[in-house]
Amino acid sequence: MRVAVTHVIRFIEETAAILQDQRHYLTELDAAIGDADHGANLDRGFSAVLARLPGVAEMDIGSILKTVGATLVSTVGGASGSLYGTAFLRAGSVTADRFELSPEDLVAALESALEGIQARGKAQLGEKTMIDAIAPGIDALKQALAAGDDLVVALRKGVAASGEGTQATASMIATKGRASYLGERSLGHQDPGAASAFLMAQALLKVIESSE
Amino acid sequence: MKKLINSADSVVSDALEGIALAHADLVRVYRNPDFIVRADAPVPGKVSVISGGGSGHEPLHSGFVGKGMLDAACPGAMFTSPAPDQMLAATRATHSGAGVLYIIKNYAGDVMNFEMAVELAAAEGVEIATVVTNDDVAVRDSLYTAGRRGIGVTVLLEKIVGAAAEAGASLAECQRIGERVNAQGRSMGVALTSCTVPHVGRPTFDLGEDEIEMGVGIHGEPGLRRAKLADAAEITRQLANPILDDLPFRSGDNVLAFVNGMGGTPLIELYVVYAELAKLLKERRITITRSLIGNYITSLEMAGCSITLLRFDDELTRLWDAPVLTPEWR
Repeated sequence: MRVAVTHVIRFIEETAAILQDQRHYLTELDAAIGDADHGANLDRGFSAVLARLPGVAEMDIGSILKTVGATLVSTVGGASGSLYGTAFLRAGSVTADRFELSPEDLVAALESALEGIQARGKAQLGEKTMIDAIAPGIDALKQALAAGDDLVVALRKGVAASGEGTQATASMIATKGRASYLGERSLGHQDPGAASAFLMAQALLKVIESSE
Repeated sequence: MKKLINSADSVVSDALEGIALAHADLVRVYRNPDFIVRADAPVPGKVSVISGGGSGHEPLHSGFVGKGMLDAACPGAMFTSPAPDQMLAATRATHSGAGVLYIIKNYAGDVMNFEMAVELAAAEGVEIATVVTNDDVAVRDSLYTAGRRGIGVTVLLEKIVGAAAEAGASLAECQRIGERVNAQGRSMGVALTSCTVPHVGRPTFDLGEDEIEMGVGIHGEPGLRRAKLADAAEITRQLANPILDDLPFRSGDNVLAFVNGMGGTPLIELYVVYAELAKLLKERRITITRSLIGNYITSLEMAGCSITLLRFDDELTRLWDAPVLTPEWR
């Protein structure tokens, strides 16, 4: 199957809904090793995104994603606004003028998003950040597609790997972001950024599964 | 949660309204994007000095906008760095052609958002320089980590660089002085209580009656280690010794000694700490030539304090003594 504009719109709406629903969970995670604002910040950002979505719903996928990115950058602040904003802006750049994406195009968009996050945050795998949820997810998705799985099956594997990556952040010592100030005291706590990235992956899967 | 607020979502906005109404003679407050500029901005021929950061640290930064200090401040959401649009708008409103200096506290979010603002402003042809403060000795630093937090030195740097800019220093000169202040200053903080972020509604961490959190930052995030409550002399030693050993400060040095309240500690206790600090420095033959005591960089209603020492010389002393006229420092 191919990813259409309507899927992208529903993905954004689903992400906003799941982040709103889980805002207290994300804030709890952040209170343990950060400053207790991750859930509230993302909820504020995606609420602003929802307000702008009707204005771009007829446009190409790139324009939609860029609008999401620019809105997150200007309304969230903090590291998460900058990182997720950059991710959506980069994904929007590689999907400019496109009204439909093949599974490979989707992978390319996700990879651009990840590169944007790494460039902006200067973090690598294993530093207890959102990268630990995103990179394994993309890897599993790519492998599954290469092995011949259809998009839904491949995405399920990607999301499962993203979940495992998120879990694994609990046994990592943070070296980037505010949790890094805790050093070894960050052990035993999941990274809130990884958790929110995993929620977004689940939102994407839900939308693709429901349109199968 | 007991707070003098209308709602958790409107705290920052309502406070900005208060600042605008209270200090219209000194500053102008702009909304969406939010930023505060000195009333006479842009000042012709003067370098514009801009800072910003999450709200909840007042009077930093918004209270320090005015003659002799900041040209603009960009307040983010509670404990959340501002967005690049705010810095860009503040840059446009204060830029007079002499360049703009961004003072950034070293936190991932602040650094990234200011970085984006630098890119946007540079694209408009504005010359931008930056100084990043990272004075917190409680954070173990290495090439592979986010590095030390910017805390108390930020206040001193805004005063000193603000004076330099007011006196007509060039952008390069302002940046050099800022980097020197950061290089010669060190800080560490302690929390006696946590603080309550309004939209969370309960304290960020729990501390027992007899516990303190050593090495805290300014966002209610837990610190380096939990310790037993001790008397002011002992706590002052535990804060001052890592600071003194880190730079290191040496016998014969002149310093500015800054005892900063976290928001919920009465001034009388800050003076108790200052007295202990002065004794300790005297033992080490370090001379306090200037001092600052009060709530300048806070964590909402957190009880506790931070100590900052800044090695002082004639140039910094002259700039420190220069007049300043802002809502919270005059």
